[in-house]
Amino acid sequence: MLRISKLNAGYGSFQALFNIDIEVNFGEAVAVIGPNGAGKTTLMRAVSGLIPVKSGSVDMEGVDLINTPSHDIVKLGIAHVPEHRRLFPRMSVEDNMKMGSFSPQFREKYAERLEFVYNLFPRMKERRNQLAGTMSGGEQQMCAIGRALMSDPKILLMDEPSAGLAPVIVQQVFELIDKIKSDGLTVLIVEQNVKQVLKVVDRAYILEAGSLRMQGSSKKLLGSKEVQKAYLGM
Amino acid sequence: MAEFSEALFSIFFIETLLNGLLLGGILALLSLGLNLIFGVIDVVWICYAEIIMVGMYLIFWLNTDLGLHIIPSMFLGILFTGFVGWLTHKLVISKLINAAPINQLIATGGLLFFFQGAAMIVFGIEFRNMGISLGSLALSEDIYLSWTRLLSFAISGIIVIILYVFLSKSYLGAAIRAISQDREIMTLMGVDTKKLYLMTSAIGGGLAGLAGCLLVLQYDVHPFIGLSFGPITFIICVMGGLGNMVGGFLAAFIFSELITIGGYFAEIEWGYVLAFVFFIAMMFLKPEGLFTRKS
Ligand SMILES: Nc1ncnc2c1ncn2[C@@H]1O[C@H](COP(=O)(O)OP(=O)(O)O)[C@@H](O)[C@H]1O
Ligand SMILES: [Mg+2]
Repeated sequence: MLRISKLNAGYGSFQALFNIDIEVNFGEAVAVIGPNGAGKTTLMRAVSGLIPVKSGSVDMEGVDLINTPSHDIVKLGIAHVPEHRRLFPRMSVEDNMKMGSFSPQFREKYAERLEFVYNLFPRMKERRNQLAGTMSGGEQQMCAIGRALMSDPKILLMDEPSAGLAPVIVQQVFELIDKIKSDGLTVLIVEQNVKQVLKVVDRAYILEAGSLRMQGSSKKLLGSKEVQKAYLGM
Repeated sequence: MAEFSEALFSIFFIETLLNGLLLGGILALLSLGLNLIFGVIDVVWICYAEIIMVGMYLIFWLNTDLGLHIIPSMFLGILFTGFVGWLTHKLVISKLINAAPINQLIATGGLLFFFQGAAMIVFGIEFRNMGISLGSLALSEDIYLSWTRLLSFAISGIIVIILYVFLSKSYLGAAIRAISQDREIMTLMGVDTKKLYLMTSAIGGGLAGLAGCLLVLQYDVHPFIGLSFGPITFIICVMGGLGNMVGGFLAAFIFSELITIGGYFAEIEWGYVLAFVFFIAMMFLKPEGLFTRKS
């Protein structure tokens, strides 16, 4: 469904990603894991068109994303939950949801999607008139995921959804991802929380200093000596 | 002292308060467009009052020189200033969107002189008057309120309500509020931010044209008229907290009441002195704006 090939990207003259090849198939949950500064966020931003790509290609169901205006990418069914959530803090939860279905083609399904999101997060329904910036970190993460789901995406990109949250909440976030995945949504997630994320995804890539080091099924990676030593502290 | 309290309870003081209210309506409208643009694009249009002047001239020209009826003249005036707002963003601001604020100020300041100069070349420096008088409404034997001011007040009120509903209920309005909070993420929401900025600039320009419609009924047009209400508009916006439309709206009424009340006890010039002293004092006591909560 989503195919990234030979992707090179960065900031100005600084190159942050080198020859990245990643493929996500329909219905799969795939993780990209790696330490801080590896280039995970850069990868997500390149897919969503927030930064220009130096070379390579990104393809969504046959559509070339690199030559698609970045504000049109969400219309192809790609929703991005950005790093640090990036809600509109001085707007209500419901207005944040509204922004998630901004494109005219999503507006007619607004009520239906809102009900879906509120069913998934009853907490958001309770808080629908509260300013997003005044909620707890966990609630803000739910709001950010909810906002992305408003466009009824085919694939959900998530950038470190567990970062900065209390352990109990982290647990809930991964349970949620598991649920979203079993509902049939395709997921590409970047994480540093390797142990937890490998329990919910089917496959993962390991990104270090801008290059892919390893890839394989979650089971294989969990069993690998190298991964255990570098990421699982065993 | 007795004289003072007599003055306070006099019927003319009530007239003064009402006139202050009416003046506040038009000042509120003046601040609206500027605040909208600042709130969304984070750029101060120093030339905002000059766009109003352009609108006033166009209405004057269409109506007096071409003999077009006043209503379509005003309508075209609003359309044209909307276009001027669009062009201002397209040709100037969009090139400076990531530049230092001082450069943006200098550029819009340059536009101020451009508009003034253009008006002088086209219309000369004479004061032009439309010669339209709507008369006044006699509330009692002693209280008269000018119809133009009443009309301006009513239109300002209607526009404020329309803008409020637009911003709080529509998708576009929500996007306008959201973009000032996080520009980059708007792209992920499917918003073409360049287009949204152009649209906001056109709405801001159109609001300037609307203010021009109301001002042209009350004041003579000349190339420097922007200087007589431009500074007040900025002060009101700053007083209410730049970009805070509700704050600007309330500040307009505080400011107008200070002017008219000062003018009641002394000359109108003292009214302005009083209002400016209040502003300066406020800048020391609450520099972030009267109605801005500290974050
Ligand atoms: N806006 C930026 N400008 C320049 N360099 C950046 C910028 N953002 C990130 N980088 C650099 O790119 C590299 C990858 O960063 P990032 O993708 O944020 O990593 P990760 O998300 O894996 O922590 C890092 O070396 C970082 O310093
Ligand atoms: Mg990151």
